[in-house]
Amino acid sequence: MSMEQDKTGASPPEVAAAGGDPPAPPPAKPAPPDKAEPPRAPRLVVSTSPHVHRDQDVPRIMRSVVWALVPGILVGLWFFGLAALQVYAIAVAGCLLFEWAFRRMLGRPGTLGDWSAVVTGLLLAMNLPAGSPWWLVVVGCLAAIVLGKQIYGGLGYNPFNPALVARVVLLVSFPVQMTTWPAQGGPLTVDATTAATPLGAIREALSVGQTVPQAMAGADFPVWKLLVGMRGGCLGEVSVIALLLGGLFLLRKGHIKWQVPVGFIATVFLFTGAAWLGDPERYANPLYHTFSGGLFLGAFFMATDMVTSPVTRRGMFIFAVGCGLITVIIRLWGGYPEGVSFAILLMNAATPLIDRYTKPQVFGAKRKLYEEAKAA
Amino acid sequence: MTAGQIFIRGLWKENPIFRLVLGMCPTLAVTTSVVNGMGMGLASTFVLICSNGIIALLRGFIPKKVRIPAFIVIIATFVTIVDLVMHGFFYDLHRNLGLFIPLIVVNCVILGRAEAFASRNGVGASLLDGLSMGLGFTLSLMLLGAVREILGNGSLLGYTLFGPDFPPLLVMVLPPGAFVALGFLMAGINKLEERRAIHAGEEYAPPREMDCGNCVLCRLGEGDDGGAAA
Repeated sequence: MSMEQDKTGASPPEVAAAGGDPPAPPPAKPAPPDKAEPPRAPRLVVSTSPHVHRDQDVPRIMRSVVWALVPGILVGLWFFGLAALQVYAIAVAGCLLFEWAFRRMLGRPGTLGDWSAVVTGLLLAMNLPAGSPWWLVVVGCLAAIVLGKQIYGGLGYNPFNPALVARVVLLVSFPVQMTTWPAQGGPLTVDATTAATPLGAIREALSVGQTVPQAMAGADFPVWKLLVGMRGGCLGEVSVIALLLGGLFLLRKGHIKWQVPVGFIATVFLFTGAAWLGDPERYANPLYHTFSGGLFLGAFFMATDMVTSPVTRRGMFIFAVGCGLITVIIRLWGGYPEGVSFAILLMNAATPLIDRYTKPQVFGAKRKLYEEAKAA
Repeated sequence: MTAGQIFIRGLWKENPIFRLVLGMCPTLAVTTSVVNGMGMGLASTFVLICSNGIIALLRGFIPKKVRIPAFIVIIATFVTIVDLVMHGFFYDLHRNLGLFIPLIVVNCVILGRAEAFASRNGVGASLLDGLSMGLGFTLSLMLLGAVREILGNGSLLGYTLFGPDFPPLLVMVLPPGAFVALGFLMAGINKLEERRAIHAGEEYAPPREMDCGNCVLCRLGEGDDGGAAA
């Protein structure tokens, strides 16, 4: 309880430094300054860092993430139809409702205005199969907002990505509903037959004794279909191109750093490539692995979560490589056909450690003196 | 301390699970249903009462330096008795609890009571302390088991509650569900305790184990100084 007071108590000096701007919440990462404070009347303000503010705050960043998700959402709606719309609507409404209700129950100030519940709802929906029953989505919202975020104290205190916490709770609890993938029937689909996901098809074939080339011949997932998104899967993970568009937008805005998506995707590509070169009968080719499953959704939108990933760029890269390795290990040898969500959650847990060991040297400190002081 | 105070202490004020946070291993592992929780709790209670009594009897003879091995030998004797009796008469329960029956030997609650209470108090008080702590342990396990069974299996004491169409939240009977249920129950009990303290005009301090001030997790990233200072 005292800790929270300490953290919120840090804002008055910032207001002084920003010269009366609306108080920005402390940035989750040391963002590169893009504009300095204009000179003011000679007045000496003594305050603690950070001294230079960027024109950003939590609602604005969250709204950018919503914009970045739009292409992926639209592709999902186009391919999966009205069933997808229902999932999106319930997920966003449910997350907002639980966020409001739980904050109110605990007697804490409302946080609907920071848009984070909307982002969580959208990401949760993108991680569910189209046609998920309404109660499944509601349980997911409860898990995401209450279990994933608010019991830790709300946005900024949660060690794990809330949408992924919800996904894993649902996947473990309702394995049947969470792996029933409706086929893509176009924008007006209400009820559809089921279809296989690319990774599921391979897993299925291997379990009945077929080789991977046989499975791929039967499943018919050429690379272009994977890129466009013409395949079974979760609502928001299908289209690599749409997700890439949104991800590039976030990169350009500076909200995410390239180290995470590039490190994650490259690790998956290289590791599955090595396995494929070793035994092409047993392992699918790296392009197939890279463009299927939830890799792009995870790498651009969930592994980059500011709260739950490391602060430094070096740390981010270590984090991303770890995500990639765990993903591939689960995909190739684990119990589930897809491992992106487990991988990100596991690395979320390692984030404090990574931060600890990638802490940059204090500016101006001489390494030798620093080491001596530490030894003494 | 009166007999009543000793008795009520294990049930609420120093409840081994929710207040002392001891014996977490069987607590988290076997509470997938009320029956499992009760079986584990009663088995531990038996061991606790008997070992407390014997240790209180022998407290004048056991040399200080070898007291822990001596306690363990006494506890292990009773665990062996419980293990064999359950194997003989409650075979299904014994199979459900499996390895966790022999592991009662290393349950912190039992060794903790031996060290903290039985080795310093008379036989009567120690027996009562064992009974109180054991019942507190049993009731806590049953509460935890009930929450997990209802949510994770849709049943209570084996009776289906919501009909066959209810999809159970399977995660609650799996290991993560144990932590989640325990956490929420502890939060609720702390809240009750806080309310009681405020009502009685006392100052409320959360148990050390649950107080942020005693945990360095949040400060892991701050380097050695931050961690050591905590």
